[in-house]
Amino acid sequence: MALLEIKNLTAGIEEGEILHGVNLNVNAGETHVLMGPNGAGKSTLGNVIMGSPAYNITSGSIILDGEDITKLSANERAKRGLFMSFQNPLEVPGLSLEAFLRSAIREQTGKPVRFFQYKKDIEEICKLLDMDESYVERDLNVGFSGGEKKKAEIFQLLMLKPKLAILDETDSGLDVDAVRTVSKGVEHFAKQGGALIVITHSTRILEALKVDHTHVLVKGKIAAEGGADMVDEINANGFEKWVK
Amino acid sequence: MSEMEIRKDTPIDIDEGDSGIVLDDVERGLYDFKDEEREEDFFKVDEGLTEEIVKEISAAKHDPEWMLDFRLKSLEIYNRLKVPVWGPPIDGLDMAKIITYVRPKTDMKADWSEVPEDIKNAFEKLGIPKAERESLAGVGAQYDSELVYHNVREDVAKLGVVYTDMESAITGEYEDLVKKHFMKLVPPTDHKFAALHGAVWSGGSFVYVPKGVKVDIPLQSYFRLNAPGAGQFEHTLIIVEEGADVHFIEGCSAPKYNIANLHAGCVELYVGKNAHLRYSTIENWSKNMYNLNTKRAICEEGGTIEWISGSFGSHESYLYPTSILKGDGSHAEFTGVTFAGKGQNLDTGARMVHIGKNTSSFIDTKSICKSGGISTYRSSVEISSSAEGSKASVNCGSLMLDSISRSDTVPAMEVSTDKADVGHEAKIGKIDDDAVFYLMSRGIREAEARAMIVSGFANPVSKELPLEYAAEMNNLIKLEMEQG
Ligand SMILES: Nc1ncnc2c1ncn2[C@@H]1O[C@H](COP(=O)(O)OP(=O)(O)OP(=O)(O)O)[C@@H](O)[C@H]1O
Ligand SMILES: [Mg+2]
Repeated sequence: MALLEIKNLTAGIEEGEILHGVNLNVNAGETHVLMGPNGAGKSTLGNVIMGSPAYNITSGSIILDGEDITKLSANERAKRGLFMSFQNPLEVPGLSLEAFLRSAIREQTGKPVRFFQYKKDIEEICKLLDMDESYVERDLNVGFSGGEKKKAEIFQLLMLKPKLAILDETDSGLDVDAVRTVSKGVEHFAKQGGALIVITHSTRILEALKVDHTHVLVKGKIAAEGGADMVDEINANGFEKWVK
Repeated sequence: MSEMEIRKDTPIDIDEGDSGIVLDDVERGLYDFKDEEREEDFFKVDEGLTEEIVKEISAAKHDPEWMLDFRLKSLEIYNRLKVPVWGPPIDGLDMAKIITYVRPKTDMKADWSEVPEDIKNAFEKLGIPKAERESLAGVGAQYDSELVYHNVREDVAKLGVVYTDMESAITGEYEDLVKKHFMKLVPPTDHKFAALHGAVWSGGSFVYVPKGVKVDIPLQSYFRLNAPGAGQFEHTLIIVEEGADVHFIEGCSAPKYNIANLHAGCVELYVGKNAHLRYSTIENWSKNMYNLNTKRAICEEGGTIEWISGSFGSHESYLYPTSILKGDGSHAEFTGVTFAGKGQNLDTGARMVHIGKNTSSFIDTKSICKSGGISTYRSSVEISSSAEGSKASVNCGSLMLDSISRSDTVPAMEVSTDKADVGHEAKIGKIDDDAVFYLMSRGIREAEARAMIVSGFANPVSKELPLEYAAEMNNLIKLEMEQG
């Protein structure tokens, strides 16, 4: 049984449909790459899987671990093991990253956070991501540089330990060194058995990962699928042959 | 409230009609318990306000002669002045029905175990004096019109710090000091409710910090108004001498009743040369309360006043703490948050008066409104021609949680010298749905996500409060947010 099954999903906003019948399956522990031209609907798909109220699902379903989650709120999906690293992480003044994560962990597990373990996790993950620990005391994403925001997303990923993470252009806007550290974090997640849907325009973040499947999304539809080598092919030739 | 724009020529009579306000108050569990006390145990004056009543209050309190005179003069002024017309409407307030003086059935105690059981229980539920044992230098607890408990730590008292109830202060060795300062900063002529206060004031605290003494843990007063249809008119007088330093915290709450209550307290703060005073308030009056409070501070050369203010409760509030920067180089800061929920109309802000050279003031306010609540930010920064080299900055933000609530900003600036530097920034916003989704995507429930964003918005204030008060404030925000 697949971990995530997306069946014939159509979704959009009031002004019109954006996803026109998407099918996609991800098994536990697999790494999938989702590519496609700008405006194809990749972020929309990620948001719809995560449960964004900004989009309406008009038909089809999303199944996680055999359970239909199509109608569940985002927090219920998170509880069941979904995570998304946002293309544009939001800023929340006055709420520290640390306090926010503590609430999130408490909500997800239904148990109070064990302080010493929590502190230790923070320390280890900061080290892995080459992140100064003082970041966790700062207001959530406020005043973070673009790269720092992406790092903070991966920090949250590693703290929350979901079953499946969608990474929406986590590598864009990162300098060479930052891509390397972020990749290290993502690799760590994958090695511990986490499944991934990586939305990207480059290959740098994929170098450390073992890619199982590639999906090409064009104009709200999956136009092609393939293995790891498809990424290189797209890099060489672009999306031209699918964009008619 | 301040004297801002009070027009004395517009006749507005206080409504003689129904003063019953029925509101869906939030279930604020902790604060809403009522002590169904045996009414016969209490001494109350008749409803309404007459010379007889004022004399009765004065006699019951064993006022010195000058205080009785002061009260009667204030009553005269009260009868002469009109109700201010520029703020929220207060015609639900029927003065004929407000009981001005409710004395609990106990004398003031310095030993908590001697406070009567039911009053003690009321305060224990509010975490007092538990907090005292943990982190305070002195505590006062006022129940209705009188202080029922007052205590100051021995080591603090040894430094010469005086923290006592106003009645003791006025009849004891500090009488002259009190007489010299009492309602000099806020004269009864200031506005109608200041006059009312002068006539019927009762309870409150007197604090004196001698020259050079730094009290490093806060003093706290807690005001609880329990009797239905009553008024609370406590007077707080704080004198901080040259180079001294103190933090005073006041907390207020009341259970809800379906008739109007009135709070018209008065706070006068005298900050000496190079002295420092921080005055923090968390106010959670019930939503039948008219909160018409007057607070004012005056700073001598190099002195600093810092106001931290959280306003949550009350039906209507007029609250604009005033800082008079008289001495050269004196400094004032006001940091405040106001939360107006259903049925609330809260008119809050601050007033800064620059007189001395090189004075500076800083206002940072956050207002939040929800479920039809109205929140008005009103401020006035006045820089007189003598205040060369002064600086003032005003920063006000509001957060509207839905489209039926209202948020207004009424900032006034009057600058009479061109050698001053003033800045103003105002922002009105809504909760960003994307931010709510972002928090929810990490497992946080929607209501909680919204509460976190609102608490974060109010964080500049809560982070200035002592830990237990910050926790109380976040708790209040959560309670407000969870109401439909
Ligand atoms: N909330 C929204 N409101 C209006 N239009 C939207 C919204 N979300 C997506 N769209 C539109 O839907 C289309 C798909 O957008 P989406 O962000 O999913 O693209 P993308 O594949 O992630 O592109 P990119 O590679 O540039 O990030 C775009 O045309 C976009 O303008
Ligand atoms: Mg995108």
